[in-house]
Amino acid sequence: MPEVTEESDLPEVPEAPEVRQLAAGQPVVTPVRVVIGFCLFAPFVALLWVGSYAKVDPAFIGIPFFYWYQMLWVFVSTALTMTAYQLWQRDQRARKAAALDGGVSA
Amino acid sequence: MKDGVNGVALAVFIIFFVAVTVIGFLASRWRRAENEHSLDEWGLGGRSFGTWVTWFLLGGDLYTAYTFVAVPAAVYAAGAAGFFAVPYTILVYPLIFLFLPRLWSVSHKHGYVTTSDFVRGRFGSKGLSLAVAVTGILATMPYIALQLVGIQAVLDVMGVGGGENTNWFVKDLPLLIAFGVLAAYTYSSGLRAPALIAFVKDTLIYIVIAVAIIYIPVKLGGFDEIFGAASEKYTAAKAGGLVPAEAGQWTYATLALGSALALFMYPHSITATLSSRSRDVIRRNTTILPLYSLMLGLLALLGFMAIAAGVDVTNPQLAIPQLFEDMFPSWFAGVAFAAIGIGALVPAAIMSIAAANLFTRNIYKDFLRPDATPAQETKVSKLVSLLVKVGALVFVLTMDKTVAINFQLLGGIWILQTFPALVGGLFTRWFHRWALLIGWATGMLYGTLAAYGVASPTQKHFGGSSKEIPGIGEIGYIGLTAFVLNLVVTVVLTFALKAVNAADGVDETVASDYTADAGDSGVAPVAPASAGVSH
Repeated sequence: MPEVTEESDLPEVPEAPEVRQLAAGQPVVTPVRVVIGFCLFAPFVALLWVGSYAKVDPAFIGIPFFYWYQMLWVFVSTALTMTAYQLWQRDQRARKAAALDGGVSA
Repeated sequence: MKDGVNGVALAVFIIFFVAVTVIGFLASRWRRAENEHSLDEWGLGGRSFGTWVTWFLLGGDLYTAYTFVAVPAAVYAAGAAGFFAVPYTILVYPLIFLFLPRLWSVSHKHGYVTTSDFVRGRFGSKGLSLAVAVTGILATMPYIALQLVGIQAVLDVMGVGGGENTNWFVKDLPLLIAFGVLAAYTYSSGLRAPALIAFVKDTLIYIVIAVAIIYIPVKLGGFDEIFGAASEKYTAAKAGGLVPAEAGQWTYATLALGSALALFMYPHSITATLSSRSRDVIRRNTTILPLYSLMLGLLALLGFMAIAAGVDVTNPQLAIPQLFEDMFPSWFAGVAFAAIGIGALVPAAIMSIAAANLFTRNIYKDFLRPDATPAQETKVSKLVSLLVKVGALVFVLTMDKTVAINFQLLGGIWILQTFPALVGGLFTRWFHRWALLIGWATGMLYGTLAAYGVASPTQKHFGGSSKEIPGIGEIGYIGLTAFVLNLVVTVVLTFALKAVNAADGVDETVASDYTADAGDSGVAPVAPASAGVSH
């Protein structure tokens, strides 16, 4: 069975260290960031698990499952990355605001 | 296809080519800056590109003519296995979302032009920086050569490539002209030329794909027919198939992952990235670049259509140009050929600029002339960009095409070995510079030897990029295996070197450099979008 994802090293799995220094006193791992991490990681699990989609049926307008499913993931992955982008923007703005309010110099 | 020149297609092709040449030369006036004689201007377009220019530039850069020819060619020859390019290009974007903005920030803060600049600054090691630079140049050269192979395929099908018995000069003249022109405008306009030409290239490509994906299946009787014919062919040939067999799934997944990790290690990807105006431009681009992946997927399907259309070529590289010639009216075939031809010029220009920047910054300035002025740097870079292209041309004209393909395959394996130093360095300073260097060397050595040992029905060595993964027993991408080995060596040696307190280099960056944005102190402000387009 192709549990490929297990051995794949992704050294940059997100824990988003970017704002550590900016946000003294604010937690590094928050629920929003977990969601961001999920959005970015999901495509790896889905696409590297080839066994889950290596089949011909169900076909779509004559295109075997294997092909249309992967092309569908272009859209799914894009939506996930966009979500991650929006959440990240919001997260950064919130942190900057909090840092300023609290008088913590950035 | 050997039945003479396709006049109409050739005429259309030439019209587009001339138009693009004019654009290439005019590009030097586009958003011209006060200080033309700096590497930031020539080599990075003034670091001024916004979201859409960057989108076209990166798209034009990453999805090369060779990709357009090779991906459907692989599908034509082997079926499902060739489709790995789609998951590969999907996975690239969540990946770069994580590290590319950090690279952009630190590069702006410190004026880095290349990845090696960053590695030197971060780890205080010219040796490590040299290793990264040499790897980048070695991996880029054959890639440029393959762009020429892409143009050649198109010229061949149009009937101007010459048959086997034409004299070599006549045969190669069109290619020489194309490359001479490319070299001239890259020299004079720098990165601005491919940035403008990319608009033409990508527009043409999208039009061609949109038409092809509707028009050809209609002509062939629908996708059922197409995949039916393909399935029959693979069964008859006892090679390939519509879905990867159990044994091929590891190969498929490791190729996708390894290639995704490697793509933004290539110097030309980074050059296009660093030319963008702000950190946000990069992040926004990771959400719109996947449009190209969709296009690539549709393009890959053309490989099946070539089978169904009865295209029968011994060199799979010619399958798609031949399909266009057979299916489209001559004038539209000309548009399609122009799309591929121009598709070769954009990446070839960016790649030669990127390789030239590496040489100038990390070999010439670091080792030969430490006191070089920005104007001297620019001059050297311009000259080297010419040399690199001439080298690629000689490569293609004097050696068998398979040599270029073999080297490109090796290049992919090699460039992935710079990942720990570059991406690792963006997130942590924990790795020791010597450990990174030895890890890199291990990965390079293992990857090269392993690839050398792969035989194929037609080649004794470098017959493919997959081999048994030691310890797992499945067949996987050599580059990824080498990368894991590289990482293990780096981690183990870092522990060892830290234990003995080996001297570590000086880090000239600080944590806040990695999150700096345009307008922050010490970072060049958003470039004045003063002129806009001034023709």
